[in-house]
Amino acid sequence: MPSTITLALAGNPNSGKTTMFNALTGARQHVGNYPGVTVAKKEGRLHAQGRDLLVVDLPGTYSLTPYSDEELAARNFLLNERPHAVVDVLDANTLERSLYLAVQLLELGAPLVLALNMMDEVRRRKVHIDSGLLSELLGVPVVETVARDGSGKDVLIREAVAFAESRRGSAEPLRISYGPDVDAALDEMAPHIERTHFLTDRAPARWVALKYVEGDPDLRQRAREVNGLAELLEPIALRVAEHLQRTENAAPEAVIANYRYGYIASLMRQGVQQKDTTVERIRRSDQVDRVVTHPLLGPVIMLAVLYGMFQITFVVGEIPMGWLEEFFGWLSGTAAAAIPEGPLQSLVVSGVIDGVGGVLGFVPLILVMFFCLSFLEDLGYMARLAYMLDRVFRAFGLHGSSVMPFIISGGIPGGCAVPGVMAARTLRSPREKLATILTAPFMSCGAKVPVFILLIAAFFPESGGDALFLITLGAWAMTLLVAKLLRLTAIKGPSTPFLMELPPYRIPTLRGMLIHTWERGWQYIKKAGTVILAISILLWAAMTYPGLPDDQAAVFEAQRASIQAEIDALPAPAMPEDVQPEAAVGAEPAEGEAVENPALAALEEKLAEVDNQEAEATLRNSLAGRLGVALEGISSLAGFDWRTNIALVGGFAAKEVIVSTLGTAYSLGEVDPEESESLSERLVSDPAFSMWTAISLIVFTILYAPCFVTVVTMAKEASWKWAGFSMAFNTILAFAASVLVYQIGSRL
Amino acid sequence: MAQSMGMRQLQVNRRARIKSIDAGGELGRRIRDMGLVPDTEIQVVGKAPLRDPVAVRLRDFTLTLRNNEADFITVDLLEN
Repeated sequence: MPSTITLALAGNPNSGKTTMFNALTGARQHVGNYPGVTVAKKEGRLHAQGRDLLVVDLPGTYSLTPYSDEELAARNFLLNERPHAVVDVLDANTLERSLYLAVQLLELGAPLVLALNMMDEVRRRKVHIDSGLLSELLGVPVVETVARDGSGKDVLIREAVAFAESRRGSAEPLRISYGPDVDAALDEMAPHIERTHFLTDRAPARWVALKYVEGDPDLRQRAREVNGLAELLEPIALRVAEHLQRTENAAPEAVIANYRYGYIASLMRQGVQQKDTTVERIRRSDQVDRVVTHPLLGPVIMLAVLYGMFQITFVVGEIPMGWLEEFFGWLSGTAAAAIPEGPLQSLVVSGVIDGVGGVLGFVPLILVMFFCLSFLEDLGYMARLAYMLDRVFRAFGLHGSSVMPFIISGGIPGGCAVPGVMAARTLRSPREKLATILTAPFMSCGAKVPVFILLIAAFFPESGGDALFLITLGAWAMTLLVAKLLRLTAIKGPSTPFLMELPPYRIPTLRGMLIHTWERGWQYIKKAGTVILAISILLWAAMTYPGLPDDQAAVFEAQRASIQAEIDALPAPAMPEDVQPEAAVGAEPAEGEAVENPALAALEEKLAEVDNQEAEATLRNSLAGRLGVALEGISSLAGFDWRTNIALVGGFAAKEVIVSTLGTAYSLGEVDPEESESLSERLVSDPAFSMWTAISLIVFTILYAPCFVTVVTMAKEASWKWAGFSMAFNTILAFAASVLVYQIGSRL
Repeated sequence: MAQSMGMRQLQVNRRARIKSIDAGGELGRRIRDMGLVPDTEIQVVGKAPLRDPVAVRLRDFTLTLRNNEADFITVDLLEN
């Protein structure tokens, strides 16, 4: 026996498995991925019974068929890693259904320990479960637990360790009859499997044969790679399938499932579970559901919950966000003071600190969002949400659970696609989840809103509220339509079956919510420290280098020098003279001074103007600027000149950068996205910038590539391939839509 | 003689026993995984505001499924 014992935790979703995992391992958790799939793998360690234990939390599944990534990950872990003991956490309230997974684990010969969880609820319901008898009938330890308060967990660990030591990591597989036809086929197949040693080092031959008869695609594929084996097994499997179809009008896997449930029913009949059937109690959850999913009240409550969650996330999240902003502002100032002016200062301040600061600014939002989300999920409300909205979202190839990622991303203007994309984790249907992740960034996130407000203020000053409302509706419409389009093309495939448990309402535990929240936040922070830092430096470099050629820089320097000379020539008032040109960038002359000395104020304004012009020239000369200029030929189809192009390139860093970059490009210095009146005026007075340019730009901003933080998040939640797809596809779509709008609109 | 019907036709609060399931592939697998096999007693406990999906009570838990998924399931109506 090695010094570290590996325990795998298996169980249905909603069985309390994660609560048990938290109760066992506390905060000593590590999150990774199962090889080849984007299924999170959680591990934790503890020391008990004089041993070090490694606890692996398998994904929650109802069965071991490899139909979903979760099931495949769980099964491959059991097959390949051979944990010393497998603890199956069962919701004892639904013992019959929960035992279906347990039976499959026993067929595999897993060294199984059953944890009958939520026994407190079972006792309250006056149901009697004879765990001793169940243990005797199945031949495995059965422990009664309540994961919420940790009762029974010590016994569970003791039993699991003892079982692992006595069984040395393997157990006698459960042999049940699947009817004469299937049994005969299994007996015929097993010797072939043993002779070719196909998976026999990992699983019993009868189990392999059973999976073969069930039509397990993963296993059949593997069998084909063994010389001559598939040719022997295939005819047997085919024969039994045909026979069952003829005699029982059922597929082999259906017959096998029936026999498994039959076996479980026989356990029940032997007295494992007895309940008082004379009183069918009306369950509290059903009573709540009569209100919460009521045809009229249900949607009203739902809107209130969605709105409330959104408000909490962004109103509460904004407070620590402000602290972080202040902290990074202070850090920038300190760094700027400590490092001499030059490329290094610019790199540290504008590249590293601003970049990482902007990204870490999302952390409070993510933490608050996941806290709310885990509350709603653990409560059982997320399942109701999916239940009520499924009919609507299914029409677009999505899932009822898609609503939450959309809302968080900015379905209510002001959201953020980073936590939005992460919220798609609650979706268990892979195609629907991917379509949700890819379309959520179309929503009006908090960084796009300033862009919309700028353009609305400039061109539709009369109808601000209506315009923003229309934009929001437009974003929703595009999100749903593009989702439908993707589901008909790139993510084609039938909708994933909806079948889902409506778990009873349960009050979430604070501990569970905190662990969940911290886990997500930490994953994001780690990302910010690596990939996001690198990209933010790249973007900074693209907008800074190459700098102005010396001769052009000299022209601005000369202009500044001559203005400075005029200032120096003024009769000296009692005020600081040595105004640093850099300090004047973007800052308007302080008003107090203007009153004191109008001539000085006018000159300083001129000085600032020169700085702004130099900033514009520098931006235009930078890599991003050259790209913007080079694209002018194509982008003019949508009504965008090089200034808009650069702003949109900058918007890839973060959408609010569109406003500030546009400001620089219009020689206004860096414009604060929150106070962009001066820029609005400039846009209106620019003859090249028409109302239809503004509408076209709004359309483009809604649709084009998500900011890179979102892209990185998408890569993490889906894959880099899909994240790349989203950048290219969204930009092409945005451009096509803008050209259409601009060309038609400007001809009207 | 019990009356056979598609599961979609079941009214809220009616009880029935599953007679047969006609789904194959992934849907069939999911249906079985959730405990919907022949001879199981079920009761429709609610419908979503848009009448789809439906919530069904069986084996001491509540399951939701879409109408077009329920279409694969034939049930015998039980007396209430």
